[in-house]
Amino acid sequence: MNGSAGPSAAAQDAGETPPIERIDLRREFAEVGIGEVLDQLDRELIGLKPVKTRIREIASLLLIERLRKRMNLTSEVPTLHMSFTGNPGTGKTTVALRIASILHRLGFVRRGHVVSVTRDELVGQYIGHTAPKTKEILKKAMGGVLFIDEAYYLHRPDNERDYGQEAIEILLQVMESQREDLVVILAGYGDRMDKFFASNPGFRSRIAHHIDFPDYSDDELLAIAELMLHDINYRFSADARAAFVRYIALRKTQPLFSNARSIRNALDRIRLRQANRLVADLDRELTADDIMSLEAPDVLASRVFSGTFPK
Amino acid sequence: MRITQGCFSFLPDLTDEQISSQVQYCLSKGWAVNIEFTDDPHPRNSFWEMWGLPMFDLRDAAGVLMELNECRKVYGDRYIRMSAFDSTHGWESLRLSFIVNRPKDEPGFHLERHEASGRNIRYTTRSYAADRPEGTRYGGK
Repeated sequence: MNGSAGPSAAAQDAGETPPIERIDLRREFAEVGIGEVLDQLDRELIGLKPVKTRIREIASLLLIERLRKRMNLTSEVPTLHMSFTGNPGTGKTTVALRIASILHRLGFVRRGHVVSVTRDELVGQYIGHTAPKTKEILKKAMGGVLFIDEAYYLHRPDNERDYGQEAIEILLQVMESQREDLVVILAGYGDRMDKFFASNPGFRSRIAHHIDFPDYSDDELLAIAELMLHDINYRFSADARAAFVRYIALRKTQPLFSNARSIRNALDRIRLRQANRLVADLDRELTADDIMSLEAPDVLASRVFSGTFPK
Repeated sequence: MRITQGCFSFLPDLTDEQISSQVQYCLSKGWAVNIEFTDDPHPRNSFWEMWGLPMFDLRDAAGVLMELNECRKVYGDRYIRMSAFDSTHGWESLRLSFIVNRPKDEPGFHLERHEASGRNIRYTTRSYAADRPEGTRYGGK
């Protein structure tokens, strides 16, 4: 690593006294190993351009922040709480897990684990039940990331005595006072999160990064499908792929479409049909190839094509 | 008289940072950390009151420190100790216990000699603090 850095590294070696005056950015970058995590993010998550750009920006900021600290340039701990908005199945939870490992590598969270909760785990059922429950979860999440899925359920505008408000207050307090111990990520569908933030302005201002997850295009959904199949050792035959392209286009127009999650469910059903087709003919000798490949009839048997999909 | 019970009690009082690393050690071993407090310093007093439930499934000491600070706010004038419970089979008992907070002024113990029959002497230790009712020792209201 030193060799590639050339003369600047030599200059640095000559005058090595704290506080450090010069920093080899490339070496720092490699040392922390976020390059790997970001590359993995690029490889394994298809599409999501704005999300990836934002994560890169955050990672760069944190890297620089780390260097600033080493150079004794005073700076506050940056606010890292985030909110992820987007339609169902756009990868919010997956990205939250990655964020945790990026933050951990950069040393902004100490343990790098993710505690994923919904309203049920934060809000109690009777007076005096909420505070201990919320604190219990916060304590478990300390040193890592607290991921609150469907965060807007915390606030029930129709019921002013709802205990959700109490949970929100405790969350806000800890988000403010223990910024270096805990990163909170809120996630939910865009329009409802907007309403949630509108009625809880304290939340909006305490969250620095609002990241919006776009829907996937048809091509991206196909790429996701093939990646999922590759991971479980299946593959489409050429006909099946063509059929699946049509499937995606049709499925998107139907109600309750939830991006990658719908694709995963479709693939599960296609695997069922493939297994059924293979078992139907017991006398046949199967090769590994037969077992791995999904054929067009497996795809075309879907209700999406026959038009009987429940509206 | 400074009372010495549990681990580290012959050392100067632990700083929060030191407490934090001790707690982190306990968590890394998978022990559940518990906070207890009392204002009866007698060494045979085994009934300390619990501050909340023992904290299972924590990953980081910051959560325990948060509870400790809450407890100090309310019972900062009493003894507070932390204990680590090992739930693995065969142990199922405390592995570590140390004092993390003590009153500013510890008056110590009175040694009472009770003259029994045949010139026998029986000894009793009684804390001066325990002269006052519970809750009002060590400057509590």
